[in-house]
Amino acid sequence: MDLLLDAVVIGVLLGCFYAAVSLGLSVSFGLLDVPHVAHPAFLVMASYAVYFLNDRFEIDPLLAGLLITPLLFVFGLVAYRLYYETFEKRGSDAGVRGIAFFFGIAFIIEVLLILQFGVDQRSVTASYIGKAWRIGDMRIPFRLVVAFAVAGVLTILLTLYLSRTFMGRAIRAVAQDQEALRLMGANPVRIKQWAFGIATAVLGIAGALLIIVAPVEPTLDRSYIGRTFCVVVMAGLGSMTGTLVAAIILGVAESIVLTLFGASWAPAISFAMLLGVLAVRPQGLFGRLS
Amino acid sequence: MNRNGILFWIGATLFLVAALLMTQVIGNQYPFFACYVILQFIVLAVAWSILGGYAGYVNFGTSAFFGVGVYTAVFLFKAFGAPLAVQIVAAAAVGAFLGFALGLLTLRMQGIFFSIATIALTIIIETSVTNWRYVGGAAGIQLQRPLGTWPFDDYVQMLFFVQALLVVLAIAIARYIQASWIGRGLQALKDDELAAECTGVPTLRLKVLACVISGALMCAAGAPAAMYLQYADPSSAFNLNYSVSVLAMSLIGGTAHWAGPVVGAIVLGATQQLLTVTISSEVNVLVLGVMLVLFVVVAPEGIIGLIRRARRNRSGSKA
Repeated sequence: MDLLLDAVVIGVLLGCFYAAVSLGLSVSFGLLDVPHVAHPAFLVMASYAVYFLNDRFEIDPLLAGLLITPLLFVFGLVAYRLYYETFEKRGSDAGVRGIAFFFGIAFIIEVLLILQFGVDQRSVTASYIGKAWRIGDMRIPFRLVVAFAVAGVLTILLTLYLSRTFMGRAIRAVAQDQEALRLMGANPVRIKQWAFGIATAVLGIAGALLIIVAPVEPTLDRSYIGRTFCVVVMAGLGSMTGTLVAAIILGVAESIVLTLFGASWAPAISFAMLLGVLAVRPQGLFGRLS
Repeated sequence: MNRNGILFWIGATLFLVAALLMTQVIGNQYPFFACYVILQFIVLAVAWSILGGYAGYVNFGTSAFFGVGVYTAVFLFKAFGAPLAVQIVAAAAVGAFLGFALGLLTLRMQGIFFSIATIALTIIIETSVTNWRYVGGAAGIQLQRPLGTWPFDDYVQMLFFVQALLVVLAIAIARYIQASWIGRGLQALKDDELAAECTGVPTLRLKVLACVISGALMCAAGAPAAMYLQYADPSSAFNLNYSVSVLAMSLIGGTAHWAGPVVGAIVLGATQQLLTVTISSEVNVLVLGVMLVLFVVVAPEGIIGLIRRARRNRSGSKA
């Protein structure tokens, strides 16, 4: 019983972390309908940037995550432009080739990371990594608490951005009806490009959290394809609150299975849940019905 | 049979004779292994294109089918000592069943959702096999190849010839589908599924059929691999590299014609083998990824498309 309670608590913390790494995808795939299979690869790449800054200049990982955010934003702008010019603009057959395009990009990033950093696991050092909180018999790793808190702040900030600011509302408008936006005299492509930039920029902090929670390796993105897409699809495309709830469900499920059946089953959970959601309720828990 | 058909079967026979000669001449050396891998990729790429090229459903689960083929063979060999033919036929049957399940998924999912679902399928099956002690679990399993039977001195030579037979089978099926009403139906549903359904194309039946054929061929291609390497482990049998390689080969070759994936598999497969030997296997995946992205952006119709365009230009300038 205690074990199960433990698992649930850890699962909730883990879930918030999953929300943080899925927020970007929730914007790029959920709102903009870009088949962004390379999202987890971008995430791992950001983690390696954080590792580099931490290892070389001993910068705190979270601060390092903030530092690379503007770079990632620009990277996102360029990536979307490239995608738009080659696929969305031409229109025809964008589906097959768009997916293949991002899949290819993900593999390029993976291999470049292997060539640069090797296949070994990398981790960061910071004062809060390795310590734990004790509440009664329960032992909660401090880095999960950090991830939980930062992830919560990140989710709230992004939700506020999308609902309160002019640009945020424009992003949601472009997701709802691009044509109507064009008729209002706005340029949907520029708004989408901006949104994709934001979605990529968020990965700075998310990448920092990823390497704080556990060591990273270049092929880690493969298991995060399952986690991030599971969260975003279960949330219902583009819902930020939904992202948080879905991520917590995934986190708790993973944590419980881990406790009961052992680590060797862990990779399949997110993918199994994803398949289940796709088969039973494709519009997700908080989905917009189209 | 028309002229093209006769030419095709003559070509296929010549190819098989050449493969048979190769088994006798080259012996068990690296080039032999490289050729085997290329043959294997031809089957996989042609099979992938039946679903991905004609119907436009991007399957990232090539490695799932390949791995299931490998492990079907491993299981049958370990449990019953089954001969190669039984292994391959059983793998094809399992693959057909798996393809049927995948086909049912297309009922509710299209585009990126389908693709993600195929990755999910891969990881779930891989995890299950990893936890299956009987076939070795995560550590993998060693197999002892039986002795060769006439006319092959070595079992490996037989595996090579069988893979060549599978190549001919896969291409013949792809060629038949392309020319028949099945291919036209798939083409129609690729362009617009709703419109196809409305004009009376049985889209679901066609999609399931394409998935079944594609899946059976992919699993069949995987079955001899376990015996060839005398070893199987989940993380290499289900490696996503198979998926990205096959995807790249098909798209780079061009999916509009059955020859596209064949050309793609030969060109990319040879490049891969060369790079793996001369530089490293990482660089080989890098080149693969870069070529995939380049072709998708610059030459969406693949090599076949480029050739067609060049031909059209030439005939245009003559006139």
